[in-house]
Amino acid sequence: MSDGLGIWTVLLAVVGGAIRVSTPFLFVSLGETITERSGRINLGLEGTLVFGAMSAYATAVMSGSPWAGVAVAGLAGGAFGLLHGYVCQLPRVNDVAIGIALMLFGSGLAFFLGKPFIQPSAPPLPAIPFGFWSDLPQVQAALRVNVLFLVGAALSVFLWWAFRNTKAGLIVRVAGDSADAARAMGYDVDRIRLYATGAGGVLAGIGGAYLSLYYPGSWNEGISSGQGLMAVALVIFARWNPLACFGAALLFGGAGALGPALQSVGVSQGYYLYYAAPYVLTLALLILTSSPNRALAGAPGELSLSK
Amino acid sequence: MGVIYVGPKDDYGYNQAHAEAAKALKAMSGVEVTEEERVPETNAVEKTMESMINLDGATLLLPTSFGYYNPYLLSEAKKNPKIQFRHCGGLWTDKDPKNAGSYFGYIAQGQYLNGITAAYASKSKKIGFVAAKPIPQVLNNINAFLLGAQSVDPNITCQVIFTGEWSLAVKEAEATNALIDGGADVVTCHVDSPKVVVETAARRGAFVCGYHVDQSPLAPQKYLTGAEWNWLPIYKSFAEAMLAGKVPEHFVRGGLSDGYVKMSPYGPGVSDAARKNADAVKAEMLKGGFQIIKGPLKDNAGKEILPSGKAYAEKAVELESTNYLVSGVKGSV
Repeated sequence: MSDGLGIWTVLLAVVGGAIRVSTPFLFVSLGETITERSGRINLGLEGTLVFGAMSAYATAVMSGSPWAGVAVAGLAGGAFGLLHGYVCQLPRVNDVAIGIALMLFGSGLAFFLGKPFIQPSAPPLPAIPFGFWSDLPQVQAALRVNVLFLVGAALSVFLWWAFRNTKAGLIVRVAGDSADAARAMGYDVDRIRLYATGAGGVLAGIGGAYLSLYYPGSWNEGISSGQGLMAVALVIFARWNPLACFGAALLFGGAGALGPALQSVGVSQGYYLYYAAPYVLTLALLILTSSPNRALAGAPGELSLSK
Repeated sequence: MGVIYVGPKDDYGYNQAHAEAAKALKAMSGVEVTEEERVPETNAVEKTMESMINLDGATLLLPTSFGYYNPYLLSEAKKNPKIQFRHCGGLWTDKDPKNAGSYFGYIAQGQYLNGITAAYASKSKKIGFVAAKPIPQVLNNINAFLLGAQSVDPNITCQVIFTGEWSLAVKEAEATNALIDGGADVVTCHVDSPKVVVETAARRGAFVCGYHVDQSPLAPQKYLTGAEWNWLPIYKSFAEAMLAGKVPEHFVRGGLSDGYVKMSPYGPGVSDAARKNADAVKAEMLKGGFQIIKGPLKDNAGKEILPSGKAYAEKAVELESTNYLVSGVKGSV
């Protein structure tokens, strides 16, 4: 098959798939990491992702500029995040329930407003061809890396550093680990969480822009197929560590590419099982790393998960 | 009458083809059309059917997605004996309720013509097919696409990748990439919305054949031709029968010669020789009775499908239970 590339085709496809598919996972999970580190869960990021995808596509269609689309998606995502953060600070409000409400609201609003944009084509985001050294078109295609992927990778390193070494990172962590301690230090916990959720929304919105403007590069109502929800789970899997989020996003992206790649080299039996690979992987890793004797390592103390 | 779609009705695909016919029907006097989009293949479709019957007063229902039929349409048909149900996809037999029926087009003919243009455009002699689920209609299309190509060059092979769902944008894009990485340089598909496949393939520099409706605006340089539906004649005949107080036909099938299937205009990538060949075969098909599946023919596991001298013409019922991929297709059901 494929002129002697054989098993390399699969490896290459998985690497290429990891780069292509992982970016939305990466952005949403980084955003959720910021939010959860501050002590709140925002399950609404799936809705933010879909709305980001729609608003980015619509903006790019109308303005002709994909970067304007990314900016609008980030703003819209931020607005969703701030809304979540604002509602959650009201008394007797549950952040998980609000998240689910916002997830449905975001998707519904995106479907409603996105109707006229299913048909038109939007200009895609540019990619950098890192595969120029190779003559093989497969290698060139796998290594066409989108700018947003690089931004996401840099961001995960930056966040990892910032959580440890900056004052802002420390304040977010304090708010997430002990609200009382943060208040004793004179910080307004609700405000910290409001900003953290807003920042998380911005990143999720940008993740959505990648979906509609680069890969798969089209707006339709099934564009996300649950990636926003999976990314939220991915944060727990990555133990709230931005660097681990990057690895986990790559793993999920690569696992998603496995099914089609195996079929293309002739392993065509049981493709439904290969398609389940990312989920099986999550289950297996969570079981392997869990312990009956302690709570989740790295979990922020104020999270409704770990309380 | 009520029309039910599984996806959005402007999806550049399956649902749009139905919606275009429904839109044209609205202009007919005496016909009122209610539509509902994005109805999943679950008991949600029963609720939609009931509300169309009870609230909108629909007397003829056209649920257009394959998975609506069993058990949802069947149970509604038993519950509402006065309402007519016609299902797109071809599952109805005369044992089923008399107020139900099915219609479908032999669009495999269009895929055969796609295959002819693909064979001329392909340099690698490998073509690819992104398929949703291994149901007979999809398998017929895959087989026809390759057999059309092999009618030009018998050495051509076709790689198929199943995504497992009718509409999964990321997986369709991955499948298209995997096909092209595997060496395919012409790609077609059978998913609900071919937009992602067409755009991804064109971006990778591969030629693409369309499906469901004309996708040439999405890839003007790389679009060869496409197999399109034309449901209007069927819907019109249903509506006319209802208006005349008669029972619409239970079993409607047709291909190019009946006007239920049509082809997109040729794109700039189609050579003169390809045009000539495809036009000649199309003229044959327009006469009716064209045989795509004809012996001697083996499936891709080496088993004999048809001995020499036998063939299935376009209206053969055997084609509605296809469960094989012909020799030369890489993939399995």
